[in-house]
Amino acid sequence: MAATTIIRNGYVFDPLNEIDGEIKDIFIKDGKVVADLYGAEKRDARVIDASGKTVMPGGVDSHAHVAGTKVNAGRLMRPEDHYKFVRQKTALTHSGSGYTIPSVYKQGYDYAAMGYTTVFEAAMPPLEARHTHEEMRATPILDMGAYMVLGNNWFIMRYLRDGEIEKAAAYVAWMLRTHKGYGIKCVNPAGVENWGWAQNVHSLDEPNIHFEVTPREVIRGLAEVNELLGLPISLHLHANNLGHPGNWEITRDSLQIMEGLEPRTKTDLHWPETKMDASRRQTIYLAHAQFNSFGGTSWRDFCSGVEDLVHYINQVDHVVIDNGAVPFGPGTAMTGDGPAIHDLYMLSGQKWSNSDIEMECGSGVIPYTYMKSSPINSVQWAMGLELMLLIKDPWKTIMTTDHPNGGVFTQYPEVIAWLMSRKAREDTFKECHKWAQDRSSLPAVDREMSLYEIAIVTRANQARTIGIANRKGHLSAGADGDVTVLDLNPTTLDSNDYAAIKRAFSRPEYTVKDGEVIACKGEIVSVLDGNRFYCSPHVDEDLETEMLADVNEWFKYYTVGFANYPVPGKCLKNPVPISVNRPIDAARRS
Amino acid sequence: MEVILRPKGEIGIMVEAEVINPETFACRSKEEIEGLVVWQGPTNHPLSEFFEVAVREDGSPEETSILIDGDVSRVKHIGHSMNAGRIEIRGSVGMHVGSEMSGGSILVKGNAGSWAGMEMKGGLLQIEGDAGDHVGSAYRGSWRGMSGGRILIGGTARSQLGGGLAGGEIVVGGDVENFCGIRQAGGFIIVHGTAVRGVGAEMNGGMIVICGGIRQLSPGFMDAGQEDGPVLGENHLVGIFNKLLGDYAISKNPKGVLYVSGGGVA
Repeated sequence: MAATTIIRNGYVFDPLNEIDGEIKDIFIKDGKVVADLYGAEKRDARVIDASGKTVMPGGVDSHAHVAGTKVNAGRLMRPEDHYKFVRQKTALTHSGSGYTIPSVYKQGYDYAAMGYTTVFEAAMPPLEARHTHEEMRATPILDMGAYMVLGNNWFIMRYLRDGEIEKAAAYVAWMLRTHKGYGIKCVNPAGVENWGWAQNVHSLDEPNIHFEVTPREVIRGLAEVNELLGLPISLHLHANNLGHPGNWEITRDSLQIMEGLEPRTKTDLHWPETKMDASRRQTIYLAHAQFNSFGGTSWRDFCSGVEDLVHYINQVDHVVIDNGAVPFGPGTAMTGDGPAIHDLYMLSGQKWSNSDIEMECGSGVIPYTYMKSSPINSVQWAMGLELMLLIKDPWKTIMTTDHPNGGVFTQYPEVIAWLMSRKAREDTFKECHKWAQDRSSLPAVDREMSLYEIAIVTRANQARTIGIANRKGHLSAGADGDVTVLDLNPTTLDSNDYAAIKRAFSRPEYTVKDGEVIACKGEIVSVLDGNRFYCSPHVDEDLETEMLADVNEWFKYYTVGFANYPVPGKCLKNPVPISVNRPIDAARRS
Repeated sequence: MEVILRPKGEIGIMVEAEVINPETFACRSKEEIEGLVVWQGPTNHPLSEFFEVAVREDGSPEETSILIDGDVSRVKHIGHSMNAGRIEIRGSVGMHVGSEMSGGSILVKGNAGSWAGMEMKGGLLQIEGDAGDHVGSAYRGSWRGMSGGRILIGGTARSQLGGGLAGGEIVVGGDVENFCGIRQAGGFIIVHGTAVRGVGAEMNGGMIVICGGIRQLSPGFMDAGQEDGPVLGENHLVGIFNKLLGDYAISKNPKGVLYVSGGGVA
């Protein structure tokens, strides 16, 4: 391993440092970015010539489904997704297969070949945490972490109903430590619990069965817990009524719940200096907003509700969304929102899998193909792009496909091309159902994102939003040596030539991780093991003891023994615990 | 162009030979054809390891015919994805013959293994002997099977014939076993012999004719009268047939049609 690397003469896009296409050299030493190199370190450095090319921090995906039982359920129920997408073994890499739900090895290589170095699994049920970590352990190259699904957890619902926010915080802290989770994911709050009785909740103030807690109480409660503990990421919300016409209103109302809450991160991380403040400003990170911005009242008058939702988001500063784009083609819908997947099954009649995760949550998986000939799917395509283009401040948006729900992560370059090129959008309008034009505002949108903005929505904002800008998403001295070099010359870039944009983002010239060249023009040239980030929050010991007594009381309802519940350290390769809330000054209300 | 392949002897682990395809052979020399790579388990080998190759003239794929002079029941994927030309096999053939073919023709003088004509889109696949499971069906996990072309089987076929059939025609001279036409959405299946059970399960379109009777009818089919000597497309059937509609287990208004004669509906 060359200890030092220089990426020379590239056009650098580093939004957290407000660097917009300046020609600069990037220096990396012992895996970290440094300000400069001296003497032998400079002389002996490996030099990557990036003249005429675009240089960005390594890609960060803050919302994908890449590890865990639901992903594996998808793999098992979809042999047809695998047999035509096969990766051959090489001297360096494992074999693999799969398109919408590739095997773990193929997944790691495909992300790395596309310039991504960091990927977070967005839904880890606590009971399935061990499986999730074991899959992540087998995923090559990528740095990873996982958000824990807590929005329908019996203990959380009980504490929030009884107004015991401190105990809820103690429980979340213990759960994150126990299962090596990174953040809090809240999926159809209060609704998935009802799904156990074949029901759902449909408004923010509808109490659910038995617990009689409302979605509003769960969302507000978990968000408060999040800020009490001072987690690096805010609450990640999959809102209620997902996939139902007219759901943009409940989405807006859910975002409003957070008003007045202050973002507060309290970790022991060392933060390198960046020109912009790299700490998160949001208190709510809305997941796959496209699926929750539906307009109309039925499938007959279905339309985009993005303009209405965006009208609110443009006025506030406490919201970040990821869009959940729909780039057309096969997907595999998988979510902790069991009833939403059942709704999709009733519409499409495809094979369908459903799972009840005991006292914690639920989940469902169903294959789904988004077709240009479908009026609904065509509007969804337009909506995914509207969200990115109508929200004025790119620091409120993150580009995803909610892989593999709206589309596959290998389609990101296509989404980037649509964002950067009006012509790309116009050409797609010609191919898809006219509802895309008639029932969305996309035809009137002239905006074309710049490379600087693309660097925000594919890297910098992901890192900032989930609180890993201490090492990812920028190229300040002290950041991880993760760099993507793209074969795009910004001085001659023509947004009409969107095929070139797509090509460049699909197969970057170089993916550099921790200072090592990992991939070159789509070929994996070296393989290393990534880090696994998780949060380790501290709370008052007496409070924890009280909370654990409650856990013990109800643990008899689980099918596992208490001793087998935690994820053992051996399930993680290169674990990176992040100490949160120490010294303890929260989780105790004064 | 005519290419003759003579099997060199017994084959142990099955060989994956999708390269045996008129398009791949067209305009290639004898040496080039001998050098085409086939997989056997985890290793690859030149085609010449398993076949003696003889080539007469050369020409386009449409004019290319491949003659396999012997038993290739341990060779898979012959004619996979072919869309022109002709293959004749003077013996039995292994799994996946003519899978995903879209044109041209394949004649098998002996028996064929499972998955013959899987997800076929066009062309003609003729098997003079018996066929295995999944003839003209969808790949495992997929719901869309054969969508065009014809499969003619002289002998019997086993289970899941025409699974997910969306178009095209399958004719079976003998009997079939279970779940013939499962999840059929279109196309036409005619079985001159008998069927065991599960015929047309979850079908919502297309037509199945079982001339020799079904041992156990699927429960989701409703009686729609009798017809004497029905004429179905080019098929003039002889005798009295019960007509049924289904499968009501999958839809309130299914478009699947099933004709049964001979042993009738037991």
